[in-house]
Amino acid sequence: MYETNYHRPKTLADAAALLAKSDEVKLLAGGQTLLPTMKQRLAAPTDVIDLRHIDDLKGITESGSGGVRIGAAVTHAEVAGSETVRRLIPALASLAGEIGDPHVRHMGTIGGSIANNDPAADYPGALVGLNATVTTNKREMSADDFFTGLFETALEPDEIVTAVTFPAPEKAAYAKYPNPASRYSMAGVFAARLADGSIRVAVTGAGQGGVFRVSEMEQALSSNWSPDAIAGVKVAAGDMLSDIHGSADYRANLVSVMAKRAVAAAG
Amino acid sequence: MATVTITVNGKKRSATVEDRTLLVNFLRENAGLTGTHVGCDTSQCGACVVHVDGKAVKSCTMLAAQADGAEVVTIEGLAQGGELHPVQAAFHEHHGLQCGFCTPGMIMAATDMINRYGAKLDEATIRKELDGNICRCTGYHNIVKAIKAAADAMAGTAQAAE
Repeated sequence: MYETNYHRPKTLADAAALLAKSDEVKLLAGGQTLLPTMKQRLAAPTDVIDLRHIDDLKGITESGSGGVRIGAAVTHAEVAGSETVRRLIPALASLAGEIGDPHVRHMGTIGGSIANNDPAADYPGALVGLNATVTTNKREMSADDFFTGLFETALEPDEIVTAVTFPAPEKAAYAKYPNPASRYSMAGVFAARLADGSIRVAVTGAGQGGVFRVSEMEQALSSNWSPDAIAGVKVAAGDMLSDIHGSADYRANLVSVMAKRAVAAAG
Repeated sequence: MATVTITVNGKKRSATVEDRTLLVNFLRENAGLTGTHVGCDTSQCGACVVHVDGKAVKSCTMLAAQADGAEVVTIEGLAQGGELHPVQAAFHEHHGLQCGFCTPGMIMAATDMINRYGAKLDEATIRKELDGNICRCTGYHNIVKAIKAAADAMAGTAQAAE
């Protein structure tokens, strides 16, 4: 790892001020992606800003509209174990409990995961699948607008994710085919029927551009919520990732299989 | 450079270290506690697992500066008064190791999962919870057996005779 300077702000304003100083400054949330990347010298920020000691970024609360608000610095283990999340959105709690391994889940945070927008991360599927709202120190935006591409988000250089608010769905489930070594998703599908009756099917891990929705599946499920309704829907292999872990064709097939499993699991 | 103070196994340790210093290096080089191992250095193998404020984390994937002010327990902090911790005793009894390199991380991961699950810990859960710890010798069988035995012993239930 190259040399860096560590900062531990106590307030969001202090963190934002440090971040605005230079393009070479990085936010350090749980660090479970950033630190390995720095150790490989693939990232070399001059400064890292630890977000784990800012009270405004902590806590899981029931939102006014019956959903759940999760602070950006909340760890995967906290989401997985939260009584509130388990009661209102059990699919989200179980997704968080399947990220990485127990030690990673004790450090990794929801804010860090979505700001990094790894195409194989799990949380983007839940945010898009549940039509969540991302709150930053500057604005609010829908998950659809937040994720813009491979490792790309709508975040401005000096913008910090502060919370994610999820509406409680009528029903939802996440089905993931994990890479057997890394546990990253090779194809993960989050299927949900929201309280207003709308259907969302979000795919993570498989697409070249990161998380995406499958409108053909959403339409099919609108009239018939069953695995059979989407059995014949295939995503285009040309849009899928292809690497040593799985070809594009293989991933395209996994998407259909995981979508059927998610719909079946949601009941 | 930063002055970092970490309570390691109940004892305050202070050192002035580079900001990029990893917690595992602080423990090994500044605190002189070499029981915590560096296996893969890529955040995968779990040989470096320690408890930070009561939770198992990979000490190769945390800066020492991030742990400033925290309470850390390493493998050296488990045994009390010359008496092995029940998990250490179970690894010994059930031969839960061969070369022993992964063992400190395995034992710290095991104590963490027993803290969280207690007597409810079953074999399937143990195997799943070991996702973040890699062992190249044992095939995991005796590790799983040792953790189950320790969980049962710590819950005060009688261990089935073998």
